[in-house]
Amino acid sequence: MKRAAVCAALLLGACRGATYQSVLEPKGPQAAHVHQLWRFALVVAAVVYALTVLALLWAAWRGSRRARDGMPPVEGDRPGMTRAVSLGTGVTVAILLVFLVYDLSVGRTTTGVPIRDPLTIELTGHQWWWEVTYSGPSPRDRFTTANEIHIPVGRPVLFVLNADDVIHSFWVPNLAGKKDLIPGRTTSVWFQADTPGVYRGQCAEFCGYQHAKMALFVVAEPTSQYRQWAEASLAQAAPPSDPAAVRGQQVFMKSSCALCHNIEGTLAGSHAGPDLTHLASRRTLAAGTIRNTRGNLAGWIVDPQRIKPGAHMPPNQLAPDDLEALLTYLQSLR
Amino acid sequence: MTTAALPDRRGRDIEVERAELAATWRPRPGLWGWLTSVDHKSIAKRYIITCMLWFLLAGVNAALMRLQLSRPENSLVGPDRYNQLFTVHGSAMMFLFAVPVMTAMALYLVPLMVGTRDVAYPRLNALGYWVFLTGGLFLFVSFYLNMGPDQGWFSYVPLAGPQQSPGHRVDVWAQMVTFTEIAGLIAAVEIIVTVFKLRAPGMSLNRIPLYVWSALVIAFMIIFAMPSVAIVSTLMLAMDRLVATQFFNPAEGGDAILYQHMFWFFAHPEVYIMFIPGLGFVSEIVETFTGRKIFGYPVMVLSLFLTGFVAFGLWVHHMFATPIPQLGQTFFTAASVLIAVPSGVQIFCWIATIWAGRPRFTTAFLWALGFIVVFTIGGLTGVMVASVPFDLQVHDTYFVVAHFHYVIIGGVLFPLFGAFYFWFPKIFGRLLDERLGKWHFWLFFVGVNVTFFPMHLLGLDGMPRRVYTYIPETGWGDLNMLATVGSWIIAASVVVFLVNVLKSVRGGAVAGPNPWGSPSLEWATSSPPEPWNFTRIPAVESRTPLWTASEAAELPVVTGLRTDRREFLVTSALDAVPESRHELPEESIWPLLMAVAIGVTFIGAVWRFWAYGVGFAMATIAFAGWAWPRRTRPEDVVWSRRRARPAPAPLGAPPAAPSAARSPEAAP
Repeated sequence: MKRAAVCAALLLGACRGATYQSVLEPKGPQAAHVHQLWRFALVVAAVVYALTVLALLWAAWRGSRRARDGMPPVEGDRPGMTRAVSLGTGVTVAILLVFLVYDLSVGRTTTGVPIRDPLTIELTGHQWWWEVTYSGPSPRDRFTTANEIHIPVGRPVLFVLNADDVIHSFWVPNLAGKKDLIPGRTTSVWFQADTPGVYRGQCAEFCGYQHAKMALFVVAEPTSQYRQWAEASLAQAAPPSDPAAVRGQQVFMKSSCALCHNIEGTLAGSHAGPDLTHLASRRTLAAGTIRNTRGNLAGWIVDPQRIKPGAHMPPNQLAPDDLEALLTYLQSLR
Repeated sequence: MTTAALPDRRGRDIEVERAELAATWRPRPGLWGWLTSVDHKSIAKRYIITCMLWFLLAGVNAALMRLQLSRPENSLVGPDRYNQLFTVHGSAMMFLFAVPVMTAMALYLVPLMVGTRDVAYPRLNALGYWVFLTGGLFLFVSFYLNMGPDQGWFSYVPLAGPQQSPGHRVDVWAQMVTFTEIAGLIAAVEIIVTVFKLRAPGMSLNRIPLYVWSALVIAFMIIFAMPSVAIVSTLMLAMDRLVATQFFNPAEGGDAILYQHMFWFFAHPEVYIMFIPGLGFVSEIVETFTGRKIFGYPVMVLSLFLTGFVAFGLWVHHMFATPIPQLGQTFFTAASVLIAVPSGVQIFCWIATIWAGRPRFTTAFLWALGFIVVFTIGGLTGVMVASVPFDLQVHDTYFVVAHFHYVIIGGVLFPLFGAFYFWFPKIFGRLLDERLGKWHFWLFFVGVNVTFFPMHLLGLDGMPRRVYTYIPETGWGDLNMLATVGSWIIAASVVVFLVNVLKSVRGGAVAGPNPWGSPSLEWATSSPPEPWNFTRIPAVESRTPLWTASEAAELPVVTGLRTDRREFLVTSALDAVPESRHELPEESIWPLLMAVAIGVTFIGAVWRFWAYGVGFAMATIAFAGWAWPRRTRPEDVVWSRRRARPAPAPLGAPPAAPSAARSPEAAP
C-alpha cells in the first residue's frame, strides 16, 4: 500500500527530503523501535485490508452472478456464513491481541527513563521559539541557548519540559515521539541519537499564529566535538575588538534589543527573547524559519512581522550605518 | 362543537379517514405556517438542508486551506486567516454538520420507520432546530466578519484563555457549542422517547430496524457525552473568559489538562455519534439492495451498543503526549484497539449478506460498498494510532489528519450520501438521477483518496497539523500539491451532487411509495408522506414487515385512532403492546420565540454579562406561553380545529382500545 503510494508519488515527480524530518528514517533507538512497530503494523494492515476488499468483491461477484442467473437470495443464515463470520472475528481479535502485546512491549522500552548518566536539558516553549538550558552538576555549568540543541551521539538525553505561555509539543521525528510542554506542569522525555547529523523538529501542538514557524534543530555530534561546543557555549561573549562591532554593541544596548535579549558578559540580561550570547554560531534565525545570514538577520531585525507575522519581536527602525554596525556585532557573537 | 357518544370507527372507509386526517393535520399556509410548523418531516428537512449549507461553507474553507498549502511558503492567506479557516472548518464539520445531520436524518426517519405520526415532543423538536440555526448563523456570520474563532476546534487552554486570546473569537466558539449542545440533547430526547414509546404495535425490540437501533444508541451517547462539553465550554471556559474564574489558569491553581479530559470525554464519543448512524444507513441499504435480511441481526445490534459503550473509554488516546501514567495509557490503548472488533464484525456480516443476497448495484448500494473500502483504511490506521509509541510519532501530524478523514468521510459521508440516494425519493417523492449519482460517487471516491492518502506520507515525513505554511526544504510540496488536486476532484463531485438534487427535486422520476422494494415501514406510506405519516398505523409481525406483507398480500394496520384530533398510539417499551392514545400538540410560535430568547442570552453574553438576565426574562415569558394550559377536551367531544362538525351517528359501544385489523389496500 505504502510502496504503491510512494511509487505513485515518484511517478508524479515527487522528490521528498528523506532524512530531513522523518519518522521513516530513525536515527536513534526509540525511533528505530517505533519504526519496526510501524512496519509490522503496515504489513499486517495491508494484508487485512487486501483480504477484506477481496472478500467484499468476491461476495459482490457471487451475488451478482446469482442475480444474473435469476436465482433468489439465500434465505436464512447458513452455518457456513456463521462459521466464516466467526472465523473472521476470531482472527481479528487474535491479530489485535498480538499487536497490543507487541505495542506494549515497545512502549516499555521507549518510555522507560534511562539509567546511564543522561545529559539533562531544560527545554522551555515560548510563542514561538525554544529556550534551551543545559544544566550540569554545578550551577557554573549552566548555559542557555535557543532553537538549536547540540547533543553527544550515543548518550541518552533527558529533556525537562516546561512552557511559558501556552501548550507546545516537542518532537524530533528522526529521534523519538513527541511530548507536550504544558504551562504549570513539568514533563520529561528522553532520547538518544546513534548517528551524527542535524535533525529538524517542529512544534506539534497548535500554539497560535506562528505555530507553523516554531522549529528547532538537534545537532548530534561525536562526544569530543560536543564537548568543544559546550565549552564554547559556556563562555561569555568576547568583548568586541573591531571598531564596527564596538559601535554595534552600543547600538544594541541603546536600542530596544537589550530590553528582551540576553548576551552573557554584557549588561543585556533579559530573558524575554532568545539568548544571543552565541547567536552567530547558530544555523537559523526565528526558530528555524530562515538561514542565519547577514542579509536575513538584517531583514529580521528591521521587520520581523514580514517574515513571521504575529511574532513578539517588534520592528526596529535603525539608521543604515547603525544597522550595519549592529549586524557586525551580532555576527561576531560566535 | 358538538357533544356525542364516541363513535366506533372500525370498518370505516380509509378514504373518509384520510380526508378527515387531512383536515385535522392541514399545515397552516404561508410564512406563519413555516415559522410555527411542528411537523417532524418539515423540521427535519430544513435541519438537513441547513446542515448541508454549513457542510458546503466549511468545505469551501477546506478548499482554501488546500490552496494555501499547495506549495511551500504560499502567501494566499496569512496565519490569522488560516487559523480561522481551519478552526471554523473543524468546528462547523463537527458541531454543525456531522452530528446534527445525523440527528436530523433520525428526526425524519425514526417516526416513519417505527410507524408513528410524529416525534414524541414536536414543539421541543422545533425549538431544537431554531436553536441549531442560531448557533450556525452565529459562527459563520462571525467568521465572515473576521471574528471567527482561531484557536482550533478543540480550543485548548491556555491558548483559548482570556490572556492568550483576547477579543471575542473564542467566545463565539464557546457559545456556538452551547447552541449545538442544546439542539443535540433535544434531538436525543426525541429519539429515545419516540423509539421506546411510539413504536407501531408488534414492533418488539427484536424487530426494530438496524438504523433505528443506531439512532437510539447515538441518542444515549449524546446524553452522556454532550453535558461534558457543555460544562467545559459554556460554563468553565466561558466563565474564565467573561467573569475571570480561574478554572484553567495554572498560575491560580487551575489546570490545563482538566480541560482536555472534559473536552475529549465528549469529543471522542462524538466521532462515534456521527459514525454509528452511518452503520445503520449501510445496514438498511445493504438489506434492501441484496433483497435479504441482514445476516446476524442480534450481533449487529450488540455491535452497535458495544461500539457506543467502548467509545467512552477511548478519550485519553487524544492525550498520549501529556503526562498520563503508563498504566492508564495501557487501558486506553487496549480499549482503542478492541473497538475495532465490533466494526469488523459488522463488516463481516455485511459481506456475508451480500454474498448470500442478490445485489442490485444502484448508486446507494455503491456508496455502501465505498464505505467499506474507504472506512476500513481509516479503521486500520485507527488501530495503529491506538499504540502509544506510534501515536507519539504521528499525533498532531498529517498522518492523523489522513486517518480521521478516512474514518469520517468513509464512515459518515459515504453512508450519508448513500442514505440521500436511498431516502431522497421518500422525502421528495422523486428519484435522484442514477447516472449523475454514479459520477458523483466515482469522482468523490477518487477525490477522497487522492486528497487524503498522500497525507499519511506527509505525516510520516514530519508535517504537523494546523500549520499555515512550510519551508521548501521540508520536501512536502509535491504531496501537498497532489492533495490539493484531489480536493478539486472532491469539489467537482459535490457540484455534481448539487446539480443532481436541483434537477431531480422537480424533474426526477416519480418514486411511488416503495421504489426500491424495501422492507421497513417508512416505505408503507406515500412519498413524500402526508403530514400524518400513516393513515392507519401499521402493525408489525416481523422484522421486515413490508416483505412479510407482500408475501401475505396485506399489511396489518391499527384502526380506531381518532381522526378529528392529532392522536397517536403509545406502546410498551419492550414488546410494543398498545398502552394508550395521546394527542400531539398543534402548530406553535413559542418554540421560535424560546429560541430567540436563548439566542439573546448566549450571543448577548459574549458582549454584556447582563444579557443573561434579559435572556432569562425573555425565556421565562416564552416558557409561560409555551406551557400555558391548553383547553382540555373531553374524550366524547368530536372537534376539529378548522370546522366543528356534527359527530357521526353513534354505532354501538366505543372500542376500549385500538384494535388491529387487516386492510389489503395498505399493502405494497
